[in-house]
Amino acid sequence: MRAFAQLLDRLSLTASRNAKLTLVRDFLAQTPDPDRGWALAALTGNLTFKAAKPAAIRAAVEARMDGVLFAWSYDYVGDLAETVALVWPARPGANREPELSEVVDSLAGATRLEAQALIEGWLDALDADGRWALLKLVTGALRVGLSARLAKQAAADLGGVPLAEVEEIWHAVAPPYGDLFAWLEGRAERPTADAPGRFRPVMLAQAVEEASDFAKLDPADYAAEWKWDGIRVQAVSERGERRLYTRTGEVISDAFPDVVAGLDFEGVIDGELVVMRDGAIAPFAQLQQRLNRKTADAKLMAKYPAGVRAYDLLLEGETDLRALPFAERRTRLEAVVAASGSDRIDLSSLQPFGNWDDLARLRADPPPGDPRCAEGLMLKRWDSPYLAGRPRGPWFKWKRDPRLVDAVLMYAQRGHGKRSSFYSDYTFGVWREDEAGVRSLTPVGKAYFGFTDEELKRLDAFVRDNTIERFGPVRAVRADHDFGLVLEVAFEGLQRSTRHKSGLAMRFPRISRIRWDKPAREADELPTLERMLAAMGG
Amino acid sequence: MIQPQSLLCPRPAGLYCPPGDFYIDPVRPVERAVITHGHADHARAGHGLAVATPETLAIMAARYGEGFAGSVRPLAYGETVSRDDVEVTLAPAGHVLGSAQAVVRWRGLTMVVSGDYKRRRDPTCPPFEPVPCDVFVTEATFALPVFRHPPDKGEIVRLLDSVAQFPERCHVVGAYSLGKAQRVIRLLREAGWDAPIFVHGALERLNALYESFGIDLGPLAPATTATKTALAGQIAIAPPSALATPWARRFPDPVDAFASGWMRIRARARQQGVELPLIISDHADWDELTGTLEELSPGEVWITHGREEALARWCSLNGLPARALALVGYEDEED
Repeated sequence: MRAFAQLLDRLSLTASRNAKLTLVRDFLAQTPDPDRGWALAALTGNLTFKAAKPAAIRAAVEARMDGVLFAWSYDYVGDLAETVALVWPARPGANREPELSEVVDSLAGATRLEAQALIEGWLDALDADGRWALLKLVTGALRVGLSARLAKQAAADLGGVPLAEVEEIWHAVAPPYGDLFAWLEGRAERPTADAPGRFRPVMLAQAVEEASDFAKLDPADYAAEWKWDGIRVQAVSERGERRLYTRTGEVISDAFPDVVAGLDFEGVIDGELVVMRDGAIAPFAQLQQRLNRKTADAKLMAKYPAGVRAYDLLLEGETDLRALPFAERRTRLEAVVAASGSDRIDLSSLQPFGNWDDLARLRADPPPGDPRCAEGLMLKRWDSPYLAGRPRGPWFKWKRDPRLVDAVLMYAQRGHGKRSSFYSDYTFGVWREDEAGVRSLTPVGKAYFGFTDEELKRLDAFVRDNTIERFGPVRAVRADHDFGLVLEVAFEGLQRSTRHKSGLAMRFPRISRIRWDKPAREADELPTLERMLAAMGG
Repeated sequence: MIQPQSLLCPRPAGLYCPPGDFYIDPVRPVERAVITHGHADHARAGHGLAVATPETLAIMAARYGEGFAGSVRPLAYGETVSRDDVEVTLAPAGHVLGSAQAVVRWRGLTMVVSGDYKRRRDPTCPPFEPVPCDVFVTEATFALPVFRHPPDKGEIVRLLDSVAQFPERCHVVGAYSLGKAQRVIRLLREAGWDAPIFVHGALERLNALYESFGIDLGPLAPATTATKTALAGQIAIAPPSALATPWARRFPDPVDAFASGWMRIRARARQQGVELPLIISDHADWDELTGTLEELSPGEVWITHGREEALARWCSLNGLPARALALVGYEDEED
């Protein structure tokens, strides 16, 4: 438990991806079975207890100490699990720190009342970090800023194997993953991946380099289709198991029971999850109403009906198609979708074209309907097998040119790790006019990349020289009619947002140019963004 | 029976002693001052007479220059000075080098002003010495039950483990330049770290002063002269405020660490962008504060700066008469 607690503690304050990988990989290498397996399960969201309610934990601590002192402590810290971990008045006794596996095993068979007694005993035995980790674990919220995918990557690193190999078998192994670790450490064969309904690692596309790639590519070798603006999913219906996975292998079936019910085929479809009505795709913002939820109720499903726009077929019946060329898989996909009676599955159509210029025109000016809200085009080699990861050559994405606005830098925040001495996260705004005709800046987004190291140094110096106020790690910089720094911001899309004062949120914003030359008063205005949003169908 | 407030009473400039006509740790220049320790908010320049331990006077001279007071009166631990019939003795407080409690005696009444103190071992100064008293005037910087500092050895182990785990990065420890920095260096030496420790220029004078009082800090090197490659896998120490400045850019992918009692609170570490919080404090934590009150069991407790209300609450639950003095001008130290 101690090692796991220390790992969570470090992860919760570590920003860099590489550092996180090192921390998890070293932990997995140094911790014995089955503890490391339970830890991996916890980190990948495959270990949840409903053992303890926060209210019961709070009642337990208040039974042991003055309620006023506890209330002041909670006020000061702001997080219940952390407060309890810090103030816990341990009762002396024969307390032994539990191992993680002991916690898991004991809670598995315990009633709620028994669980409460067990937890209190462990809180007595652990130190503050251990208590914090235990409380996070049993109240079901680790939230240490580590994705399940990164945890799997660390496991793959431990064994020196590609992530795809771990993903391939992930849904065929179960906590505490003794067989997985035996394989990763070269002590056993790879566990069999043959579990119905498992995830297959997805194939990803490279961004096309317009300047160099097209000269080398033959248009006849490639199929083109729209790059739909939803989220990539794998829809599985195999020997009675129906599941919906994200592209990283997370199961999202419970949030989309309507889609899962509509998987009336036998096989595995690769496609885009979108909100669709009568075969027409709705803007991404509507899909977002259904993402990051554990479940969906009937009202939500009726308001935002979801479906899968299919573009590849990995398994047909019991036949693995991944080694076949795209052209062959595509033919079979068309047959599968045509045979389906489901209104939750439709086909992503191919766009015929003669040469790259034809395609460029199509991309610049998509025809009315769904293509208008597509993110761009996909190019897939007719002869390409389905390969896990992001191989260079077989698949390209050719995104639409980004939207651009000129915004004014308003706030800057210190970065993390390598950038901790730089103000590197920038909040920018555009002009808006109130009823009285007074112009002021309103924040529309935040970006922290798109500039070179040299530009970062200059931006940082600008922030330090023009700070007007400080709030912890954030500085407000001078930005008014007569003075300010204009940033040309590139972004992929806009949507309505109630979280921002401007009522708008940008997707994937980044700094495309720093306009040292441009006066702040000439930056863009909010109505310009409103018009862009209208043109995107939002 | 003499009322304690006729011996010591809060005034805008600080805690004042009417019968002896002097202040303890005044926040503005006064005629006569007893100084408990060298931190800037307790030890100000410009007093007519400054009474303090020789170490504290040396620290003040290093910070403010000779002539920081009209005259000085070095008072070693245990030595007594009197003015009229008020006697003042200094007893070790265990906070930083030279830190002392002011023991004030008058007509059979004993009051002890703790200044800032801690109860655990510190390799850079003698330990806190409990002095029986009628009134104990205590600090309250970490007076909330959430503050329970872990053993400092364990924190140093976490630092060294991290250095071993990330050999390509430099660990930069933010540490208050008087006391904390030297204590961290000593703790590292005791843990077997004998490589040169890279230090920020702002620490050099106080490091030299500590060494002149016999505290061996081992090999130190200025961080400014080392190349980026030479700093990989090394430890550097700097005032906390330097971590976020361009000075920190000389380090390869630095791990920002911060040695402070405040690091117990995760949100605080996150807010300051600290990747490796080290909970090492020169102040008494909740258990030390309350344990000291239990041990001394004074007739009355006065609480100076910090979270007075929580400690006052504890006193009332434990039957100790207490009052909060609400002295102004002392900062939340270790920030």
